[in-house]
Amino acid sequence: MELLTPAIGLLFWMLVVFVILVVILRVAAWKPIMNGLKEREHQIQSALDLAEKTRADMAKLQSDNEKLLAQARAERDSILKSAKESADRLIAEAKDRAGIEGKRIIEDAREAINNERVAIVAQMKKEIVTISLDIAEKVLRKELGDKTSQEKLVADLAKEARLN
Amino acid sequence: MFQTLRHTFFATFALLFVTFSVAFAEEPAHDHEAKESKFNIGEMIMHHIADAHEWEFAHGLSIPLPVIIYDNGVKVFSSSNFYHSPDATHEDHENHVYPNKALGYVLEHEHIYPIGADGKANKEAHVLDFSITKNVASLLLSAVILLLIFTSVAKGYSKNKGKAPSGIQSFLEPIILFIRDEVVKPAIGPKYERYLPYLLTLFFFIWVNNLLGLVPGGANLTGNIAVTLILAVITFIIVHFSANKHYFAHLIKPTGVPVALLPIMIPVEIVGVFMKPFSLMVRLFANITAGHIIILSLLGLIFIANNLGGGGTGWAVSPLVLIFTLFMNVIELLVAFLQAFIFTLLTSMYIGSSIEESHEADHGH
Repeated sequence: MELLTPAIGLLFWMLVVFVILVVILRVAAWKPIMNGLKEREHQIQSALDLAEKTRADMAKLQSDNEKLLAQARAERDSILKSAKESADRLIAEAKDRAGIEGKRIIEDAREAINNERVAIVAQMKKEIVTISLDIAEKVLRKELGDKTSQEKLVADLAKEARLN
Repeated sequence: MFQTLRHTFFATFALLFVTFSVAFAEEPAHDHEAKESKFNIGEMIMHHIADAHEWEFAHGLSIPLPVIIYDNGVKVFSSSNFYHSPDATHEDHENHVYPNKALGYVLEHEHIYPIGADGKANKEAHVLDFSITKNVASLLLSAVILLLIFTSVAKGYSKNKGKAPSGIQSFLEPIILFIRDEVVKPAIGPKYERYLPYLLTLFFFIWVNNLLGLVPGGANLTGNIAVTLILAVITFIIVHFSANKHYFAHLIKPTGVPVALLPIMIPVEIVGVFMKPFSLMVRLFANITAGHIIILSLLGLIFIANNLGGGGTGWAVSPLVLIFTLFMNVIELLVAFLQAFIFTLLTSMYIGSSIEESHEADHGH
């Protein structure tokens, strides 16, 4: 039958054209297409890998951060605690020292005042004696300017002495 | 995206088809030469399926193609020397015999013979006909189409480097990936890359030519046994050139077969070797030719009705016939893809089984 007998011309052209087509397409089309596809697949895969790695890194970083934060918080607490303690201690010490010092100053002041007073009293005694002597001298000079008055004084003194 | 493209394609195709059918239906009106002759559907179908030395798009609208023959030297001339030969009588035209005495050749039912001493075709003489027939022209056209499409797809990969595919690249990429990942890789295994250029070319060659054959006026290239024969032979050669020793050892001594059965099994295995490419050849040829025959038969119903009823009967049955034909065409679109897919899948499987390292006891045939 006509349909089942291959024609030599078509066999020849088909072989030539198809083989050339495979050769050309292999170089001009399939190679760049397959390379492009492979490259894209590789890119997608590496992008996915990178995303996965980044996610893991982020998680690690976050947990690290949390750890650091907790550590920092603990450190801050301990620093605050010790600071408070030392502040308290300082205050207490200062208070104690201030108390002692105050007492000492007061004591000193008291002593100084006492000394001053004693000195002043002594001074005053001396002054009073001097002044009394002066006055007595002056009075005596005036009183005992004449004979009668001297006698009278002697009499008075004698009287007084007796009374005493 | 694909869905829309497909719909557009269907719509375009349907439109083309209707246009063609109307032109076809009008044919008897200006077919004044053959008015009296009865419509012969078998002849019409064979005429449309077979190869020709001119490309006839519609009745009276044809392009002459170059005739190249080898007959003690290469001779090249236009086929119009036959079809419009001054020596061809009306009766010759009726019988599809076109003698050209000046050239000394006659084209009889698309075969070229030298004109003998008696003035008739000398069928004993062998003239090798390498003409650019309708099928060869369609073959060249499809090669150009494939080159244009796939070089532009390839260009897309350098143009859209690191970006999403665009245009025709994004349309064809899923199909290329489908062939690579669903057909070739599972069938052949890790060494698939060597065979990919052939298998991809094979798939798209068959698909594009199947589709070109469905276009009204197109050639029935993949429904031609010469074309499927070459494809099957190339597949056969590739399978047996890449086959390892396990494959050949399996032919001589099939695993798990008792020695007593070997005289039967060895011939069966050897027949199987040739049966595989033979089935590839026949499957594609028969499927595509059958599709064309069905569509042409359906269209032929219009003319048969016209012959039986006369007058407007042909017009009257056209709408119904058109619906059937349209339906068949849509099925043929599916078949066009399916046959390309099956040919590629089976070729991949044959290659895969020939390079397989260890044979399972019950691997299929």
